[in-house]
Amino acid sequence: MEAAAAAAAAAAGGGCGSGPPPLLLSEGEQQCYSELFARCAGAAGGGPGSGPPEAARVAPGTATAAAGPVADLFRASQLPAETLHQITELCGAKRVGYFGPTQFYIALKLIAAAQSGLPVRIESIKCELPLPRFMMSKNDGEIRFGNPAELHGTKVQIPYLTTEKNSFKRMDDEDKQQETQSPTMSPLASPPSSPPHYQRVPLNHGYSKLRSSAEQMHPAPYEARQPLVQPEGSSSGGPGTKPLRHQASLIRSFSVERELQDNSSYPDEPWRITEEQREYYVNQFRSLQPDPSSFISGSVAKNFFTKSKLSIPELSYIWELSDADCDGALTLPEFCAAFHLIVARKNGYPLPEGLPPTLQPEYLQAAFPKPKWDCQLFDSYSESLPANQQPRDLNRMEKTSVKDMADLPVPTQDVTSDDKQALKSTINEALPKDVSEDPATKSGLLPPPPALPPRPCPSQSEQVSEAELLPQLSRAPSQAAESSPAKKDVPYSQPPSKPIRRKFRPENQATENQEPSTAASGPASAATMKPHPTVQKQSSKQKKAIQTAIRKNKEANAVLARLNSELQQQLKEVHQERIALENQLEQLRPVTVL
Amino acid sequence: MAVCIAVIAKENYPLYIRSTPTENKLKFHYMVHTSLDVVDEKISAMGKALVDQRELYLGLLYPTEDYKMFRKLHNSYTDVMCNPFYNPGDRIQSRAFDNMVTSMMIQVC
Repeated sequence: MEAAAAAAAAAAGGGCGSGPPPLLLSEGEQQCYSELFARCAGAAGGGPGSGPPEAARVAPGTATAAAGPVADLFRASQLPAETLHQITELCGAKRVGYFGPTQFYIALKLIAAAQSGLPVRIESIKCELPLPRFMMSKNDGEIRFGNPAELHGTKVQIPYLTTEKNSFKRMDDEDKQQETQSPTMSPLASPPSSPPHYQRVPLNHGYSKLRSSAEQMHPAPYEARQPLVQPEGSSSGGPGTKPLRHQASLIRSFSVERELQDNSSYPDEPWRITEEQREYYVNQFRSLQPDPSSFISGSVAKNFFTKSKLSIPELSYIWELSDADCDGALTLPEFCAAFHLIVARKNGYPLPEGLPPTLQPEYLQAAFPKPKWDCQLFDSYSESLPANQQPRDLNRMEKTSVKDMADLPVPTQDVTSDDKQALKSTINEALPKDVSEDPATKSGLLPPPPALPPRPCPSQSEQVSEAELLPQLSRAPSQAAESSPAKKDVPYSQPPSKPIRRKFRPENQATENQEPSTAASGPASAATMKPHPTVQKQSSKQKKAIQTAIRKNKEANAVLARLNSELQQQLKEVHQERIALENQLEQLRPVTVL
Repeated sequence: MAVCIAVIAKENYPLYIRSTPTENKLKFHYMVHTSLDVVDEKISAMGKALVDQRELYLGLLYPTEDYKMFRKLHNSYTDVMCNPFYNPGDRIQSRAFDNMVTSMMIQVC
């Protein structure tokens, strides 16, 4: 145990030097905490005896404490569950998704504070506190209170990220959001934190895992997810550069695992735009403004966002947040930010006080250079289809990975335009049925905290009319419904209205999801693909005609709407001029009279 | 000393008004209206350009440093106006505007 403590402390020593060291532990505390941590980490490693040394040897700076032992330990502190929840949140474990040394130590300190009667706050742990008491069978914590610290004679510092402190508050808010939306999620199963350097790693997939179930997240973070906080969350002594390099290597080595886990998480998880979302936003932008390097005017954007059915004050606030240069127009990154905020709001997230860093235009432009895919995909699709029919499926949010996204264009490109339209119309058919029959599954399908799929703003009426226009094809929709009712519901249910453009996507995602995601992937996808050709042969021409007609009407509608808004603006201005003139007249009149 | 900041619409109702707690709002509203009369006089005599308004402002009793304050206020006001969701004539509910006003009042008081 002592060896483990030494190893842990030494590893911890590798990380200090970067960032301020706000958390001071006394010798006794350091000893005790590292012991406890080693115990918990050891338990994670698979055995109390062999665990800690192994963990220490294998990955000195990366030991994490498993949820189980930690939870037991916390319960042994005999604090109320609510307090423990708070502590878990505050220490950052919820945010990072695991208990690294930093989180663990902070948590222990908070437990000590709580046991001393102090409020559970970061400030409480600044002062000297007695060691936390745990009513454990082995009572190791108590036993070790008295042991002298072997390692250092001085106070050991546990620096944590500079951002952590500031982000705690925000984390609390966001964690609360998560909590409200995912009461089933355990406090420990939250996404990892994002140290500033972490953010530079463009791992945006797995975004929605934030909202995935606790079970899904439990195994992944604890083993594979390396806490990048780890080296920093260590005690003093080592060079600052080493942990960063360590981290970099960790990032690289675990990027693959991250893909598999699909659990890239950051403290501003809800404000981070994933690839699919980005794709979707870009498509929507294109629908409003063909030139992606230009901007959308205020009135156009207003009409578009008004369709999201958010209240005007909220939309106004979102605009305020996203229009960084306050020019009354939205460039592509600004538009993405605004759209993302709208989506977040519709999913219940309260709007932030300020624009989150991951939504800043500079960040977005850096993180997402002009997506070249878009061009390829657009070119490959028939021009009869609206440009933004890329099959960004919402379900992919559940299991995003670069791999999947790379796969995505391939199958869709193979589909002919007829197929696409056939598929599209099948979705239209399916839509009213799905929406009507599965309102309950809406919430069930969405993981407890709802994923943030791109929320389509355009109106519902368009789809309804399209559905009416395509009364035939009962077979295809039923098949589609059968094959992936759940998956369809997700895209349909979340947005109350869905643009026609996106109907293509769910069908594709239905067909594609069957391949990667369902258990009977092969047969299922084969089964669904087979009926489609037969279906499309039947009424492809009709559909084509109807599709084109609908599109034309839609475009005309959009143009007229824009015209309408502009005219209304002009009317307002004229009104005001008239009022001004009348005032002037009033002023002049007495003069003439007199 | 900014005890009170108000933005008045053309129709002479306040789009935004905020005063320090000590000041009686009603009294201030009255003062604002009386000052509006002064502004109206000047406006009717001159053009309607924004720049003129700023000069008008200087032409009133206020000392020059408030010009910066006015400019900040005006910039924030234009930012509010740029928001397409803002209808002219609505109360100004922009948080950024609020923050700016608060900072101004704190800074000068």
